[in-house]
Amino acid sequence: MVSTIQRETPANIVERERRKGRVSSVFIHLCLLVVAVIVVFPLLWVVGASFGPGGGLANTTPIPEDASFDNYVFLFTETGYGRWYLNSLYIATFNMVGGVALSALCGYVFARIRFRGRKFGMLAILVLQMFPSFLTAIAVYMLFLNFGLLDSLTGVALVGIAAALPYNTWLMKGYTDNLPASLDEAAALDGAGRITIFRKIMLPLMRPMLAFVAVMQFTMPWMDFILPRLLLQSRSKQTVALGLFDMITDQYANDFTTFAAGAVFLAVPITVIFVIMQRYLVAGAMAGAEKG
Amino acid sequence: MVSTTKTPSPRVPTPGRAPREPGNTGSSALPAPVPGLASALVWGTGQLINRQPGKAAFFFAFYATAITWEMVTGNYYAGMEFTARANGGFFVRGLWGLVTLGDTPREMSLTGLSEGDNSIVLLANGIIALLTLCLLAIVAIWSVRDAARCRTRLGAGEAPERSADYFRRIWEGAFAYIALSPGLVLIVFMSVLPITFGVLVAFTDYNRDNLPPMNLVNWVGLDTFAQIFTVPSWTGTFLGVLAWTFVWAILATATTYCAGFLLAVLLASKKVRFPRVWRTIFLLPWAVPGIVSALVFRAMFNGQFGPISQFLVDIGLTDERVYWFTDPTNPNLARAVALLVNLWLGFPFFMALVGGVLTNIPDSYYEAARIDGAGTLQQLRYVTVPIVQRTCTPLLVLAFVAAFNNFGLVYFLTEGGPDNVDYRFAGSTDLLVTWLFKLTLDNRLYNIGAVMSIIVFFIVGTISVWNLRRSRAIREL
Repeated sequence: MVSTIQRETPANIVERERRKGRVSSVFIHLCLLVVAVIVVFPLLWVVGASFGPGGGLANTTPIPEDASFDNYVFLFTETGYGRWYLNSLYIATFNMVGGVALSALCGYVFARIRFRGRKFGMLAILVLQMFPSFLTAIAVYMLFLNFGLLDSLTGVALVGIAAALPYNTWLMKGYTDNLPASLDEAAALDGAGRITIFRKIMLPLMRPMLAFVAVMQFTMPWMDFILPRLLLQSRSKQTVALGLFDMITDQYANDFTTFAAGAVFLAVPITVIFVIMQRYLVAGAMAGAEKG
Repeated sequence: MVSTTKTPSPRVPTPGRAPREPGNTGSSALPAPVPGLASALVWGTGQLINRQPGKAAFFFAFYATAITWEMVTGNYYAGMEFTARANGGFFVRGLWGLVTLGDTPREMSLTGLSEGDNSIVLLANGIIALLTLCLLAIVAIWSVRDAARCRTRLGAGEAPERSADYFRRIWEGAFAYIALSPGLVLIVFMSVLPITFGVLVAFTDYNRDNLPPMNLVNWVGLDTFAQIFTVPSWTGTFLGVLAWTFVWAILATATTYCAGFLLAVLLASKKVRFPRVWRTIFLLPWAVPGIVSALVFRAMFNGQFGPISQFLVDIGLTDERVYWFTDPTNPNLARAVALLVNLWLGFPFFMALVGGVLTNIPDSYYEAARIDGAGTLQQLRYVTVPIVQRTCTPLLVLAFVAAFNNFGLVYFLTEGGPDNVDYRFAGSTDLLVTWLFKLTLDNRLYNIGAVMSIIVFFIVGTISVWNLRRSRAIREL
C-alpha cells in the first residue's frame, strides 16, 4: 500500500516501500497464523477427542484415525446427559423470558416515568449490582438449606433472574433514555395508556437491547456452576455444567472422551449464537460500561 | 376467631368516634393532626373522620390483615402467660427470633429429642418479618400523611375528594409502582433478603462446630472479624490470598487488554487478507462457554495424563512429566499457566471492543499524522492508543472487577491448587472468591465465609463507585 503523499517520490523508493510492505504483510500474516493455531488447537483437540476411541485422557489426538460417534451414543445412553441438558434448557428458557420481561418493564419505568422514590431506586439498583451474585448465591444456599427448598430448578432460575435484574434494568434504562421521547408523547396525546405505549412503541424500539439481554440470560445458565452446585443436589436435577465438571474431576480422567463429547454438544449451539450475535453483544457490553 | 381477644379490642371504639365529631364538614375546626393521629393508631380511621369510607376501608384492610395474620400464626389465648417464643405470631415471634436467635436448645429427654429452636430458621424468619414490617410501614406512613393532608384541605374549605376519584388518580400516578412491583418482590426475596441474611451471619458463630438444629447459634458481634485479623494462620491466609487476587486481577486485565489491542490493530491493517475470517476465528474463545474451555485446559495440563506434559517429554525438553497445577513446590508455575489460560479466554473480548473503536477513528487523523511525518509506530502511539484508551478505561475497570471475582476459571482449572501448607483451606492459586466458596461449601465455616463476602463486597464496591463517579465526570465534560 502506497500512500498519496509518496506519489511524487522517485520510482526506486516506491519499489523499496513496496517490498517493505510485502515483508511486513508476510510478518502480519505469520503472527495471525500463530495466534490462530493457539486459539484453534485446544478446540480441535477436544472435538477430536470426542470422536476418537473411547477411554482415558492419555490416548487422545486432535484428528482421530478411526472416528466414530461412540462417545456421543454413550453420552446419551449411559450417562444422565440428556436429562441434564433438558434441565439446563428449562432453567435457561425460564431465565431468559423472566429476565427480559422484567428488566424491560423496569428499565422503561425508570427511564420514562418520574415518580417518587425513583432516585432511591436507581441507587439501590447500582448498589445491588455491585454485590457479586455468587455471594448472594451462598446466602441463598444457607436459606434454602434450612427451609428445605433445595433441589428446585425453578428456584435456580428465579435466583438467577433476581441476581441479574439490577444490571439488566440498568442496561434497559440506559438504552431507553436514548430513544426519542417525542414518540411516546405523541402516542400519549392520541390517548394510548402506559401499557399500550410500552408494548406497541417502546418494546419494538428496544429490540437490540432486548436481544442482548436475551442472549446473555439464555447462555448464562449453561455455564453457571456455583448456583446450581449449591442449590441442586439430587442426581436427576443436575445441569450440564455440573455433570461435565464431575466427569473431568474424576481422578483418573477415564471419562475424558465422554466429557469431550458432552462439552462439544454444549459448546456448539452457544458458540453459534455468540458468533451470529457478536455485533449486538459487543455493543451491549460497551453500553453497559458507559452507563456504569 | 381469636383476633377479637387482645390487641384490637380496646381500639374498636376509635372508628365509632368518627361520625360523632365531624358533623361540621367543610370549615371544620378539627386540626389536621387529629385524623393523622387516628390513622397512626388504627390505619384508616383518619380517613373515616375525613368522611372518605372507601379510602378508610383500603387502609384498614392492610391493618386488619397484619393483625389477623399475627393472631392466626400466634397463640393469643386470653389468660395464658405470654412469651414471644411460645405465643408470638409471625411478627412478634419473628422479631424475637431475630434478637435472641432462640434460647431453647434441642435436648435428649425420656421421650426422645425435644423440639429445640433452629437459630438459622429463626434468623431468616426474623428478617422476613422485618422486611414485611418495613413494607407495611410504608402503607402506614402513607395513611397518616394522607389523613392529615386531607384534613388540612378540608380546613381550607375545599370539597372532599371522593375515594373513587382518589384511587383513579392514584392509579394513573402509581403505574410506575405497579409495574415495578414484580421485580421489586423478586429482588426483595431473592437478593435483599439473602444479602441481609449473609451479612448478619458474619456476626454470629454459625459454623460446623455449631450447627442448628442441634446447637443454638449466638450473636458474637465482631468476634469473627477479630478472629481473621488476629489469629496468625487466618491473617496469613487472608493476606496471601488477597495479594494474589490483586496480582491476578491486574495481570489478567493487562495481558488480555494488551493482546486484544495488538490483534485488533493487526487486523485493522489494510494488508490483512480475509480480515473477517481471522476475526471470527479469534472470537472463538469468547464464544465457547468458559466452563468448557477451562475444563478442556484442565485436561490438557493434567500432570499425569495430559498431552502437554507428554509432548514436552516426547521432544525431550523435560525429563519427567510436569505437574502443572498440583506441584506444591512450584506455585508460580500454576499461577503463570492460569494467567496464560485466562489470556486465551479473555483477549477476544477486548479485540472485538478495540476493533469497534478503531473503525470509528476517521482516516483523516492518520493522514494528518503522516503529513506531520509520523511513522507507523508513532501513529499508533499518538493517535490510536489515546483514542482507544479513552473509550476502554471504564471497561478496563469492569474487567478488573470481573477478574477479581473470576471464580469459574480458577475453580475449574486448578480448584485452587497446588496445596499450600501455610494456608487454611486455600491453595496457591485460590482467589478470595474461590476460598470463600471452599470455606462455605466444603468446610461449612459459614461465619468466616460471610465475613469474606463483606470484605469482597467492600473492595469491589469501592472500585465500582470510584469508576462510576469518574465515568460520570467524563460524560459531563
